Amino acid sequence: MNACHDSTCRGHAPSAVVHVHRGGPLVALVGNPNCGKTALFNVLTGSRQKVANYAGVTVERKEGRYLTAAGKTLRVLDLPGTYSLNPRSPDEQVTVDVLMGRARGEKRPDRVICVVDATNLRRNLRLVLAVKRLGVPCVVALNMTDLAARRGIHVDVDKLSRELGVPVVKTVAVRKDGAAALRALLDAPAETPHADAVHTPAPESGPPVTVEADHDTVHRILVSLGLDVHAPHTLSDRIDRVVLHPVIGMALLMMVLFLMFQAVFAWAAAPMGWIESATTLVADAVTAALPHGWVRSLIVDGVIAGAGGVLVFLPQILILFFFILVLEESGYLPRAAFMLDRLMGSVGLSGRSFIPLLSCFACAIPGIMAARTIASPRDRLVTIMIAPLMTCSARLPVYALLIGAFIPRRDVAGVFELQGLVLFALYIAGVASAMGIAWLAKRFTTRGLPRPLMMELPTYHWPTLRNVAIGLWQRASIFLRRVGGIILGLTIVMWFLASFPAPPAGATGPAIEYSLAGTLGRSLATIFEPIGFNWEISIALVPGMAAREVAVSALGTVYALSASGDDTARALTPLIAHSWSLATALSLLTWFVFAPQCLSTLATVKRETGGWKMPLVMAGYLFGLAWLACFIVYRLAVAAGWG
Amino acid sequence: MLTLDRSDDFQLCRIEYIRAPEHAPEWRDWLQELGFIPGEKVMLMARAQPGGDPLVVRVGSSTFALRCAEAACIEVTRLDEATVAA
Repeated sequence: MNACHDSTCRGHAPSAVVHVHRGGPLVALVGNPNCGKTALFNVLTGSRQKVANYAGVTVERKEGRYLTAAGKTLRVLDLPGTYSLNPRSPDEQVTVDVLMGRARGEKRPDRVICVVDATNLRRNLRLVLAVKRLGVPCVVALNMTDLAARRGIHVDVDKLSRELGVPVVKTVAVRKDGAAALRALLDAPAETPHADAVHTPAPESGPPVTVEADHDTVHRILVSLGLDVHAPHTLSDRIDRVVLHPVIGMALLMMVLFLMFQAVFAWAAAPMGWIESATTLVADAVTAALPHGWVRSLIVDGVIAGAGGVLVFLPQILILFFFILVLEESGYLPRAAFMLDRLMGSVGLSGRSFIPLLSCFACAIPGIMAARTIASPRDRLVTIMIAPLMTCSARLPVYALLIGAFIPRRDVAGVFELQGLVLFALYIAGVASAMGIAWLAKRFTTRGLPRPLMMELPTYHWPTLRNVAIGLWQRASIFLRRVGGIILGLTIVMWFLASFPAPPAGATGPAIEYSLAGTLGRSLATIFEPIGFNWEISIALVPGMAAREVAVSALGTVYALSASGDDTARALTPLIAHSWSLATALSLLTWFVFAPQCLSTLATVKRETGGWKMPLVMAGYLFGLAWLACFIVYRLAVAAGWG
Repeated sequence: MLTLDRSDDFQLCRIEYIRAPEHAPEWRDWLQELGFIPGEKVMLMARAQPGGDPLVVRVGSSTFALRCAEAACIEVTRLDEATVAA
């Protein structure tokens, strides 16, 4: 019974892996999903956390440092949540491998903290029994005891400790002082569990212990503690009656999604403007301070423009993840996934893919990062691969320029406006092709078998400020450190291509025409000629790789305009309206539906999938699809007499 | 035998047996690890609309979303004395 056949999941070979905090005993937190494990981890380690991936797999690894009262420094590892030690996802496989001491580059924990939801002992204690059988010293953190007490569940900690044969302490992870008893325990020396308390044979000897056997053991413990009753969670049930209602619940979901979408667009606009102005300000200051030359050009057009181009995404990422973290912490996210499961299921995805895909309308980068909330690796990958097909906001300037220049303003059927209809059609074309790709992926990867959902709907909780803040800080630092480095590097490469070699003395055209990018554009023109792009467009597409909207200013450069930003578009409109055919314009619009040339997106995909394979596959299929669609559109348009 | 996907809403039932489909034998273990173990009490709480799939299911004191195909693996009997009113 092994859900993970991939050899990379369980390599035994030692390999060089960066240990974020060297030395000190290792303590691992283990628990069911939704037991408050990560909240407890946050209380113990605060902001002293490092987020990375486990060696060879794209599973998030969170390690923190904890200084005990007695002055011991402990490394604390927050293992992925699991229902059992019988893994069914790469995340759960990591937890099992680490506990068994066979995870690549990971030390076997010196001690395990089993985090247990006190309101759900029946399911949570089975995992404690399984962990105990591994022979690692363990303690039980009985979490959410405040909620349990409110529901009338009072656990006799000493008795439970005697029954389980391991130390048990009460914790309330949502309170700052909620881990006091656990802190005291972590200073005491670790002891291996007594085998005598509960009959728990080692896995090597005798037949494997069944779920039923552990269930019986837990049942017996609960009876002896007088806890063998099901406490109804009436408040969560009452909320669910509204939230999961076919009409009210759906309306509520639409409102939440609308608010989120609105916030990502509207609230982010102002800080994005500030970042852009600040970038311009710094660039101007440097321009004034440095002598004219390639060094100044590298710093201003390469480094400063590149860093600004990375930072400008940060407001959208923070706002989007604020919503996602609050929705996830409160317990609403799995409900939203439940409501949308059928809709997404028609193309072979689950409801979990909806919010990441929706976010991609703002920008594919936060959307692809949000795909972390999807548990199934296959669904996550498909979601990431179709994410760039959602029309991101960076494509709007290009659409605005082309529609303004080529699509006449006139009413259609009295109520619609032709320009608006074309814009809507471009959005629909993106969504439709995304659904087509997902449907193809379903045909080829699931062999028609139903894929499991089996998703817990946890009880509702108020999100805590600390957990949301730590989550936001982690997302921001991942984006700036990992993705930012690649984007900045690629932007500098683009600057180099667009600046060298410099135009010869007495050259009349714009500098870019003589550069490597210009040469590249001219040679690309042979590929793009069949789909109606002239060499000016081909050249503009090259710097457009750094960011889609740059294509507009690049066109301005190629057509030798000195205006910048919005002025470029206004000055370009009559120019291209005269020099391009309608067929070329329609083809270019189609190109931007697929827009395979966004380097920032590809850099994010590389980070999120842990290698260059997926970004290359993505670039390849988007390029192929874009070319094919443009060819069809261009040829049809030419046939219609618009060439 | 009655399976959970065909049970009435808010009808308290007892799990009798977990029968995984041939194409996904691992579902039996997975469902059991979530707490769908013979002898446990379950209740169908809601169905997604339109289509009636997936389902919201209460087992013990946990709530899960299951697809109909998954709930169909869970064979149950009605516990009539404790029917909870909607």
